[in-house]
Amino acid sequence: MDLIASLGLGFSVAFDPVNILYCFLGVLLGTLVGVLPGIGPTATIAMLLPITFTLPAETALIMLAGIYYGAQYGGSTTAILINLPGESSAAVTAIDGYQMARNGRAGPALAAAALGSFFAGSVATFLLAAFAPPLARAALNFGAPEYFSLIVLGLLVSIALAHGSILKALAMIVLGLLLGMVGQDIYTGTPRFTFGVRELFGGLNFVAVAVGVFGIAEILRNLEDETEREVGVKRVTNLWLTREDFRRIVGPVLRGTGLGSILGVLPGGGHILSSFASYSTEKRVSKNPREFGKGAIEGVAGPESANNAAAQTSFIPLLTLGIPAHPVMALMVGAFILQGITPGPNVINEQPALFWGVIASMWIGNLMLVILNLPLIGLWVKMLTIPYRVLFPAIVVFACIGTFSINQNIFDIYAIAFFGIVGYLLIRFGCEPAPLLLGFVLGPLLEEHLRRAMIISRGDPTIFVTRPISATLLALALAAILIAVLPNIRRKREEVFVEEG
Amino acid sequence: MKKTVSTLFAAALAAGTALAATCVAAQDYPAQPITIVVPFSAGGPTDTVTRLVAQAMSEDLGQQVVVQNVGGAGGTLGAGQVAAAANDGYTLLLHHIGMSTAPALYQSLPFDPQTDFAPIGLVTNVPMTIVARRDFEPETMADLITHIQENGENITYANAGIGAASQLCGLLLMDALDTRMTEVPYQGTGPAMTDLLGGQIDMMCDQTTNTTSQILAGEIKAYAVTTPERVAALPDVPTAAEGGLENFELAIWHGLYAPAGTDPAIVERLTTSLQAALANETVAQSFADLGTYPVPADQATPDALAQTLAAQTELWAEVIAAAGVSAQ
Repeated sequence: MDLIASLGLGFSVAFDPVNILYCFLGVLLGTLVGVLPGIGPTATIAMLLPITFTLPAETALIMLAGIYYGAQYGGSTTAILINLPGESSAAVTAIDGYQMARNGRAGPALAAAALGSFFAGSVATFLLAAFAPPLARAALNFGAPEYFSLIVLGLLVSIALAHGSILKALAMIVLGLLLGMVGQDIYTGTPRFTFGVRELFGGLNFVAVAVGVFGIAEILRNLEDETEREVGVKRVTNLWLTREDFRRIVGPVLRGTGLGSILGVLPGGGHILSSFASYSTEKRVSKNPREFGKGAIEGVAGPESANNAAAQTSFIPLLTLGIPAHPVMALMVGAFILQGITPGPNVINEQPALFWGVIASMWIGNLMLVILNLPLIGLWVKMLTIPYRVLFPAIVVFACIGTFSINQNIFDIYAIAFFGIVGYLLIRFGCEPAPLLLGFVLGPLLEEHLRRAMIISRGDPTIFVTRPISATLLALALAAILIAVLPNIRRKREEVFVEEG
Repeated sequence: MKKTVSTLFAAALAAGTALAATCVAAQDYPAQPITIVVPFSAGGPTDTVTRLVAQAMSEDLGQQVVVQNVGGAGGTLGAGQVAAAANDGYTLLLHHIGMSTAPALYQSLPFDPQTDFAPIGLVTNVPMTIVARRDFEPETMADLITHIQENGENITYANAGIGAASQLCGLLLMDALDTRMTEVPYQGTGPAMTDLLGGQIDMMCDQTTNTTSQILAGEIKAYAVTTPERVAALPDVPTAAEGGLENFELAIWHGLYAPAGTDPAIVERLTTSLQAALANETVAQSFADLGTYPVPADQATPDALAQTLAAQTELWAEVIAAAGVSAQ
């Protein structure tokens, strides 16, 4: 079946009134859970799985997929408005998005995120339709050495994430790496940094750490100074993008879409890298790197496009190979199985209506999201005018409920409190929490792939340079270091890293 | 004297009331939604099995049966939570073979799998499959045995970490062949399957729930199933015994438990309900699609589960001690 006929079949399924309705329900629900801090798509989909049991397979999956990418949209809203990222991807959006909101530019930040996401979603959906099987095949060439080299590249390049002293940025990354090591070592079963606490055996919960160091810390910081608190609450200048804004986001959106589409296909954690990678790239190519961290619209548009593109293309390994790229995809596998369909290479041939229907619905869903979100911007921005004595307790309560809903584990609530204080201290010391979170997310992956590569090569480190993809990635990482070190570029580098200097 | 009599009377009255209350509770059971805790993350094979059973049980009980995922620490967090839960029949646990390996793997387990739970019944025995990347040399199980014995540690073998079904299977296989392979741990068999599909590693042994579709699609090679009989979904794959590996049997058995001290009448009601769920055609069909099958009704009983748990705990204590594996 050629692409046009396949897409035709897909759209005929997706335009079925019942499917449109469930697609809408999915994206609406997704937006809502995305907006509520802490409650993520994983918990929502887990709770809704039993309901999908009674629906036809394509309808069920269209709705669940809608919740997933709807939550990506919604998640950026809370990250921008109240500095509360519920997912690793939104953590990057919070850096500049929240600053924009504090400068009274919450509207343009939200609009840039929504438009960037829509564009990225459309492109990625097309890629999914056109190239899913070969892309999935290509992604399988990524083994442990390749992932290791990719993460090394990511970490080196992302030092640009910091906008304070480079020393503090490094310290934060290392601290994040150490926090990421908490838990049971999967290779030997040895508990590390668990202090005998069983709840720490599985490691620290990402959402608890993120909500703590970003959200709670920000609330604490706001509470200490009444005058400063007012800044975030009033003065909303305009809701829509200016012509200048449009000009500035075109490049970041295009680059973010490209990066996200490619990284999303990688099943071993590529989607996590996408928004970090996009942010670093934008900061590198920008003519005004000093603005990053202080409300650069590029820092919102790029990562948001990247994470939405990655959200779509991460369906490629699932739909074509039956491999879940992350926990949400694992739940989708569960949904498939509950429907009596075993996800795998055969789905595309045996269930063409399902495969193409879900893909076509993604584009429709993205369109719905834009229509749903753009008019809502005014409403979201109004949220900032809610008095802090109402807003802050509400945020804390929702964040705790949301985090608790993931594992039903009271320990995660203590973790939020603990990391809230840690985050507050870090802000007081002038350290940025973003590199910490990056280290925390990538640290375990870095270690896992390094050790796996070494086990597979039986202790021979040349495996990283004898495999072509890995060697290329390491060469790029080396180039990144050289650019940072070479004297004639150093002046430019200092502009990038040191702003308070 | 009078005081003693009245105390006795009060005690008798209290006991009588308590008894009556339990009877009423058992008669009315279930009066509210029931929660089944799965000690693993949502979307995994155990979660899927539980959701299928929960759906059918709620039809039989006329009450909603909710699945709750409490992941972490190799399933011991969720199990510990149920062990400490109220024994009123509204909090249950669906756990797999890990129930019998936990005592050997974890030195400080906050619960005893054999005394802190009231077994309800076995649910399913998921067969394992011995599989390899598509271009791995050996063609048959017999070839594979020779190949493993000749190449030993040059063969990479994927598993999902300490105590996972895939690791247990590997331990048994290496034990049976009296050789070692290079174990490559992953965070779950999903990522391990990715690397197997990509030809990054040589072999794996995993539940049919994870391997069947890839085997049928010809993406990976299957050498044997680990059950005494062939699996309906994979008619062409021989059993380990047919392939020349005698006495090699392993199924990932799943059991349903209530906290210890649950009213026997409630346990009985749950056993009946479990048996009804397992006899449900939709469940049977979904299980078959996953490459497994519900246990027969005489296995879905408290006694059968208690016996399996006791025997398996003993077996794995030996195998795990011999392999020198520990989770802490």
